[in-house]
Amino acid sequence: MHTMSIQRKKIHPHKYSLWIAMGSITMMFIGFTSAYVVKRSQANWLAFELPHIFWLSTAVILLSSLTIHLALKQFRERNMQRYKQLITLTAVLGVAFAACQWIGFSQLKNSGLPLSGPVSASFIYVIVGVHMLHVLGGVVALLIMFARAYRTRIRTYSPVPIEVAATYWHFVDVLWIYLLIFLSIAR
Amino acid sequence: MSNEATLHSQQEVMHGAHDHHDHEHHHEDNFISKYVFSLDHKMIAKQFLITGIIWAIIGAFFSVVFRLQLGFPDATFPWLESILGHWAKGGRITPEAYYALVTMHGTILVFFVLTAGLSGTFSNLLIPLQVGARDMASPFMNCLSYWFFFLASLVMMASLFVQTGPASGGWTMYPPLSALGDASIGSKIGVDLWLISMALFVVSQLLGGLNYISTLLNMRTKGMSMTKMPLTIWSFFFTAVLGVLSFPVLLSGFILLLMDRHAGTSFYLSDIFIAGKALANEGGSAILYQHLFWFLGHPEVYIIILPAMGMVSEVLAVSSRKPIFGYLAMIGSLFAICILAFLVWAHHMFVTGLNPFLGAFFVLLTLLIAVPSAIKVFNWLTTIWKGNIRFTPASLFSIGFVSTFISGGLTGIWLGNSSIDIHLHDTYFVIAHFHIVMGVSAFFGMFAGIYHWFPKMYGRFMNNTIGYIHFWVTLVGAYLIFWPMHYEGMAGMPRRYFDYSSWTSFNQFGGLNQFISIVVILVFATQLLFVFNFFYSIFKGRKLTEQNPWKATSLEWTTPINPGHGNWPGEIPEVHRWAYDYSKDGRDFIPQTEPIGPNESAH
Repeated sequence: MHTMSIQRKKIHPHKYSLWIAMGSITMMFIGFTSAYVVKRSQANWLAFELPHIFWLSTAVILLSSLTIHLALKQFRERNMQRYKQLITLTAVLGVAFAACQWIGFSQLKNSGLPLSGPVSASFIYVIVGVHMLHVLGGVVALLIMFARAYRTRIRTYSPVPIEVAATYWHFVDVLWIYLLIFLSIAR
Repeated sequence: MSNEATLHSQQEVMHGAHDHHDHEHHHEDNFISKYVFSLDHKMIAKQFLITGIIWAIIGAFFSVVFRLQLGFPDATFPWLESILGHWAKGGRITPEAYYALVTMHGTILVFFVLTAGLSGTFSNLLIPLQVGARDMASPFMNCLSYWFFFLASLVMMASLFVQTGPASGGWTMYPPLSALGDASIGSKIGVDLWLISMALFVVSQLLGGLNYISTLLNMRTKGMSMTKMPLTIWSFFFTAVLGVLSFPVLLSGFILLLMDRHAGTSFYLSDIFIAGKALANEGGSAILYQHLFWFLGHPEVYIIILPAMGMVSEVLAVSSRKPIFGYLAMIGSLFAICILAFLVWAHHMFVTGLNPFLGAFFVLLTLLIAVPSAIKVFNWLTTIWKGNIRFTPASLFSIGFVSTFISGGLTGIWLGNSSIDIHLHDTYFVIAHFHIVMGVSAFFGMFAGIYHWFPKMYGRFMNNTIGYIHFWVTLVGAYLIFWPMHYEGMAGMPRRYFDYSSWTSFNQFGGLNQFISIVVILVFATQLLFVFNFFYSIFKGRKLTEQNPWKATSLEWTTPINPGHGNWPGEIPEVHRWAYDYSKDGRDFIPQTEPIGPNESAH
């Protein structure tokens, strides 16, 4: 009977894959934003102000980055009660962020810039919408993590899943700040 | 516990933990977990391969059907009506069916066969085996990657059966034709299904690519430094990097196209009249789509050809019993191709009204690709030069690859020049160029890989005689099919036309087109012979009796003849030397696992 040795690895494979995935998602938004730049230099480009609520949503997502950072810290110290609270808070803030973006969409629409309106507005809907989907994907991951924290039969001591989730969460945060700066400057 | 295990054991990956320890204890694999939702990279590789083969038969059959129309525009084939129904009324395909067939032929061959079927199969099979890993970084993601591909396949297959037919605006799916359902019958639900299928396909490729990169960078066995890796692994690495960076951009282009189709946006649409009625869309640019598409589309051709290059390098070294010539130059040229791949997309767009000043840069960068390509060709030729070549089917297909890569690559220099491209654009010259350099070459690389690693996949050999017939008919046939197309193209014969008979200047090619179509049928039949050989050999092929049938140095041949999940019983072997110590110090070959002797220097 042979015993197999354990796989040799330098970094946890899930973390490694996440970094490559973040590069990949970045490329997608580079695709969108460069399409935006190309379009902007052509005729019939309509410039307008971004909905003000986007500044509120920025504050919300910055706050949520802080809460997930604290959640990771609490997990490492095995303060499971605080960890659960913070992770719930992060998920709630994620949903609040998506809600803010949604309100932003309706503000745009009410100011006479529907999705099917000028291309500059359509781009806002698509870029912000796709980013919002990425945030909601993060919320789903947090909900799974939350459910796991309540399991009594199997207990997880590995910080890897929450580390992966936190890195992703900071990534969508930074991505949003990039998009906000880009969309405010390149109007 | 081994030294290695204690040094490197970390928190176990959830699904890895159960596989790694005492695999022999857990033989509870049932049919579903072994053959269907398998987490074993070798089984997933076989799933990709067999799905790819099925798609290849369908895609190639489509080309036979439209070649019948091109070769015999006046003839009728009643059997066509019995399989295509109202698409071939009276035994002659309709123009709509013709466009649908060429579109699907392109989509299927480029994406489903030569991307998923080629790198999906061999990256999965060879990365863990050749770098010395138990499995992929995330076996679950790997399984998911195949099933996303399967879903994409189902949706694409379904689009063949809808009332209005599949997408038919060409495999590049250019708007406005593809963006407006009223524009043609092939722009209706067929395009939606095409876009959904391709979105699923992109997800599958990303999941796969992430896994390949993180496995080969992060999970190599002890001693396997990057410069000891076989060239196959280097080529899969660059392929995955290209895919991970360019497929998301394609996806963003598709999202905008879907919005134009269904949300009333005008990203790609402006000033359009359909049936005399003006559309409301304003301010869009169809060229924007071409930029987004070709930013993937060009790297895509390297995604197709790089794995073939890697496998050919490996097979040529093994079968000529010589170290690969210029190992580092091979890696350097792969890297150069990978960088240049991202900088040349606009050479597909010379006739879109691109600024000629900008065009000049794209010409320069495009022609630069000739440098790394020539380095590779030189190195393949010098590898087999004065080698003690064993002419197995795998090595014949590798040599055939070098041949077609040269003859197809040279015409790329013509097309890369914007001034010549203006004349040759959208003619049969382009068809001839990319079919030889990318279609036929990539298939040759894939065939070389299948013949060479079949014993590793199934523990049996494929039939050599059928292999030789397959090689010679395919090589001669490929040249007979595509060589004449250069002449048609130089005479200006445009691609994508249904019927040339009312066009007197091209009547001279009537006989040539017939000839091409007849060769297509013969070559297609020979591919079916290969498929027969493949499936027959899985069950009835000559059994493998030794671990290392080709006397190769690389790690995959140190596993048992039929390796289980985890690949190596006991320890993963440690690596001490590069993968190309053939005919060294009077020895035929020295495996990578053998330590460097006292009187020996590393390569």
